[in-house]
Amino acid sequence: MQTQVQTETTPVLEIRKLTQRFGGLTAVNDFNVRLMPGELTGLIGPNGAGKTTVFNLVSGFYQPTEGEILVDGVPTAGLRPHKVTALGAARTFQNIRLWNDMTVLDNIRVAQHYQLGYGFFHSVVRSKRYKEREAEIAKEASELLEVFDLQRYAEELPKNLPYGTQRKLEIARALSSHPKLLLLDEPAAGLNSSDVLELIRLVRWIHEKFDVTIWMIEHHMDVMMELATQIKVIDFGETIAEGTPDHIRNHPAVITAYLGDDNI
Amino acid sequence: MKKYSLNVLLVLFAVGLLFAAHYRVIDSYIQIVAMTIGINIMMSTSLNLVNGNMGEFTCGHAAFMCVGAYVSSILSVLCFGSKFGDPLLPAASVVLVFPLILLIGGVVAAVSSLLVSVPSFKTRDDYLAIISIAVNYMIISALENMDFIGGSRGFQGMKDTVWSMIDIFDGPWMLFWVITFTFFTIWVIRRFISSTYGKGVNAICQDEVAAEIMSVNTNKIKIINFMVAAGLAGCAGGLYAHIIGYVNPQSFNILKSTEAMVMVYLGGMGSLSGAVISAILFTCLLEVLRSQAIVDALLSPVTLMFPDWEPSAGVIKWVMIPLLLVIVMQFRPEGIMGNRELSDVFPWLKKFYRFK
Amino acid sequence: MDFIIQNVLNALQWGSFYALIALGYTLVYGVLRLINFAHGDIFMVGAYIAFFVSGFLLGPVIGLSPAMAFAVTVPLTMALTSLVGVTLERIAYRPLRRKGAHRLYVVITALMCGLILEYSNLAVLGASRLKFPELIEKQIWHLGGVTLTNLKVLVIATAIVVFLFLQWVVTRTRVGMAMRAISYDKFAIPLMGIPSDNIIVFTFILGSGFAGLAGLLFAMSYPVLEPFMGMLIGWKAFIAAVVGGIGDIKGAFVGGFLLGFIEVGVVTVFPSTYRDLFAFTILLLILWMKPTGLFGMPQSTKI
Repeated sequence: MQTQVQTETTPVLEIRKLTQRFGGLTAVNDFNVRLMPGELTGLIGPNGAGKTTVFNLVSGFYQPTEGEILVDGVPTAGLRPHKVTALGAARTFQNIRLWNDMTVLDNIRVAQHYQLGYGFFHSVVRSKRYKEREAEIAKEASELLEVFDLQRYAEELPKNLPYGTQRKLEIARALSSHPKLLLLDEPAAGLNSSDVLELIRLVRWIHEKFDVTIWMIEHHMDVMMELATQIKVIDFGETIAEGTPDHIRNHPAVITAYLGDDNI
Repeated sequence: MKKYSLNVLLVLFAVGLLFAAHYRVIDSYIQIVAMTIGINIMMSTSLNLVNGNMGEFTCGHAAFMCVGAYVSSILSVLCFGSKFGDPLLPAASVVLVFPLILLIGGVVAAVSSLLVSVPSFKTRDDYLAIISIAVNYMIISALENMDFIGGSRGFQGMKDTVWSMIDIFDGPWMLFWVITFTFFTIWVIRRFISSTYGKGVNAICQDEVAAEIMSVNTNKIKIINFMVAAGLAGCAGGLYAHIIGYVNPQSFNILKSTEAMVMVYLGGMGSLSGAVISAILFTCLLEVLRSQAIVDALLSPVTLMFPDWEPSAGVIKWVMIPLLLVIVMQFRPEGIMGNRELSDVFPWLKKFYRFK
Repeated sequence: MDFIIQNVLNALQWGSFYALIALGYTLVYGVLRLINFAHGDIFMVGAYIAFFVSGFLLGPVIGLSPAMAFAVTVPLTMALTSLVGVTLERIAYRPLRRKGAHRLYVVITALMCGLILEYSNLAVLGASRLKFPELIEKQIWHLGGVTLTNLKVLVIATAIVVFLFLQWVVTRTRVGMAMRAISYDKFAIPLMGIPSDNIIVFTFILGSGFAGLAGLLFAMSYPVLEPFMGMLIGWKAFIAAVVGGIGDIKGAFVGGFLLGFIEVGVVTVFPSTYRDLFAFTILLLILWMKPTGLFGMPQSTKI
């Protein structure tokens, strides 16, 4: 009973007073966020505002200079990225980073590494445990491809797929690690308008179907306005506004950050 | 049943080879060539794991062969030889102990691969190339300074072990062990690399950042991959030492590493069947060009013009092979197989085997 | 004290050879991201070219005095050696680059070219070692307990001059700017109207030319030539270049001298068989601590 209450109240992601400096440059300054299960939140800001840095910090690619990050209640300080992913924070990348010379199916399968449950020895002797786990992984991977409607590409190489499909595959790969929190880094970048519409549908569908908390960076304002319930705006590493999409749309600080200050 | 036909065929071939060697149908020269092919297959497939599948660029693979060769030689002399005093083990146990000795050599070689794999966490490409070359030189020069095992004069006495085996049964023992270990190598590599676990290696090759963030423990996979490669090379070294009956640090110098690299890149990076094919081709080529008659015939137009010039096959071989390789690279810059396997090129082959 | 100064001088001399060869590695690497493994053998070829050129000049047909012969040998050796380097790039590396082969295949080709140079030399000239003629009359100066030869001074001075020259070329001239630009983005260079192939050829001329010069000086200092003389020294110089931070002229220079000092330092304390062991261990430790070398930029991965 105790744990039940706890999981309901534990935020999926909590960032407290996060600061990251690269030499003299402060990329992120005193950043705070609390994402509760089931939220779909946005993070926007002009280019170079530090959005991707925040994501890199969350996924463990950088170690923060100050502050702390808790994924599902567990502090991630000192953890390497694969451990953070195992805690339940998967992500996609601004520039698609699929494994281009591995089949689509293998791309999905390798993302299961955190819960493989067998090691080198089992893989060589093909033990019972190996066979069971491989069968499960294969089943799960092909189910995932099925629901994403990628089944027919299973044996293709990602580099031969259309760009929009590659985006979709990357999201599917991230979901393959059963995340509680999905970080999408500009999922609509480079997509044409019909692909963008499909992406909006896809993200909404994922959000409902996989019961996952989504945090998303995006420059396409229509995507953001359509999907996000809460938006946070940062510029030069500082949080300048947060609130509902409508609130953000008319926020003077946001308009200044994006369009410049008239008074200069 | 059909899907096992290749395995059955290979076993039949191996048994046939052993019988032919036992009943002196093939002479000892052919046996030596066959054993060299086996050792080279072990070297090229194991290096392929690192340089092909993981996409690293290490140029010191012979170092691990060297460690394996020395460790198993010393053990073998301790257990069955008379060089360091009385043999520790009865000669009758040799058939069981010998493969263990080879495996221990492999394990020590695997541990020594940490010298290369730990730096590979932070760096790759050319910097790792240097680290591996430096490790190659270091190990050789460390052994050259160890006088109790002969230093730069080399180490011998392993033939005692082989003789003990022959005392038990008069047969082509070394050929048997080479064939066994070659199959073992391919079996291990094939299974490792085709599992989801081993596919992490390919993921590291193609995008290390994505691999780490998609929950692959890249450091661990790197260590294991290096260890497997070095361990198998170590076994190859042990076999080599027992075939020749003599090891010298300089037989594992950078030229030996280069040979292994050539086989990997000739076969195609990341292609297991390519590594096997190129090891066979390369060894045969080396043997063919050892023949003075063939080299003389090939060079006859030149020697007609310069009658005073008497090229020796041992030297000309090392001009012709690199030249051939340079030419092959110009026409097939991705190696013989590219990164495909034989079954990708000829899909009908899939019906006949099931290594996975 | 004299003992120390004497060893410092020896270290400087060896460091100069390493530095001169390492500069060639670093130049080519800086521009093409290619480890030109044939470079050590180009050094060897340079020594042989110097041998034949000087032999011809001193011989009965021309009959120059040794000093004159030296003055002519230097530019001629550099020119001919750079011709060898450019030929390699033209017939072996460039076609591969054009075909878009994997970078490592070019490296393997370079390795093979090195073997070809070594063994074809052995096949044509035989295994007998050649004695290099004395071009400059050896002068030995005694300063206190320190012995100094004019050759030693010449070698060290040459290394320093070459370093300053290359540093000037790379940082101050238009060609140098183009060279650096290619290393950043080789696809953008032709679009900016810079003939990248010419720049690459120029790089090979510089690198091989100075390898030839190193070969000449080496042959004068240690006047015995053999086909494999470039092998170990080449690998070591390459490691020196990497320890300094490959692609950086200053790094190659510092790395070369560092290696010289380490080696001579080890030999003064331990038996000389330990030289390679210690030298490589120290270099390895440096690379463990600073994986991109002393002056190398850390590779940053952008997500």
